[in-house]
Amino acid sequence: MSHKPGDQLPEVRVTPDKYLTVRYAGASGDFNPIHIDEEFAKSVGLPGRILHGLWSMAQVARAQTEAAGRPEALRRLSVQFRGMGLPEREVVVRSTVESVQDGVAHVKALAEQDGNLIIRRGEADLVLEEGGS
Amino acid sequence: MSAVGKTFPAVTYAVGREKIREYARAVGETDPLYLDVDAARAAGYADVVAPPMFAVVYSGPSIWPAIMDPDVGIDFAHMVHGAQEFRWGAPVVAGDEITTEAQVIDVSERAGLGFFVFETRSVNQDGAEVCTGTWTNIVRGSS
Repeated sequence: MSHKPGDQLPEVRVTPDKYLTVRYAGASGDFNPIHIDEEFAKSVGLPGRILHGLWSMAQVARAQTEAAGRPEALRRLSVQFRGMGLPEREVVVRSTVESVQDGVAHVKALAEQDGNLIIRRGEADLVLEEGGS
Repeated sequence: MSAVGKTFPAVTYAVGREKIREYARAVGETDPLYLDVDAARAAGYADVVAPPMFAVVYSGPSIWPAIMDPDVGIDFAHMVHGAQEFRWGAPVVAGDEITTEAQVIDVSERAGLGFFVFETRSVNQDGAEVCTGTWTNIVRGSS
């Protein structure tokens, strides 16, 4: 995988199934009812159960580590959460290499769903392997 | 009266092999390093590797009490997760014991929004830094 300024990293496209938020709640320990209880979510003005922001951030992280080919390449990831993600709709992560300095690629990333940003201002630092690109 | 600077008791989390697999599957990871002990060992790791964002799991028992601390005073009904940053150090593998300490690093108000920023620092059983997290929670319409 090449990491040169302007390169687009492979997109991650994933459609969380109806019960994803329940599995992620168990896996992560975040049982906030806005993610797992349809009635509760609607009672606080949401359209229904919403995705965990940190699950969406994990998709941005996965885009970086899959592009780099190894988990340890990812040294830093910073994101802002915006809007809200919903189950059963495709999430798309897009990443673009902004610069490369001293063997570290600085990548800008975002995640969107139905054209709405759910993660913006994603910034990742990826350590490139010596001898690789 | 500000809670800025307040630290919370360190919490140690024992990283389990099946917990890593459960987390990896929930976030759609397919790299065998996270799922297959033999693949992880062949790559030089002692056991399956935690995906970087597994930091959420081992930091959880430290950050949640901080966010819910009455001295910090967050109005949960109006709280959203505004931003998140992680910086990673040494890799985490099953069998590690990760100790995390949380601190309140900023409480401020801008444009009618309350910003509550926490930092977690996580080290492994050898004292090596594995992750520093910056957690920004925003409370809407608090004033």
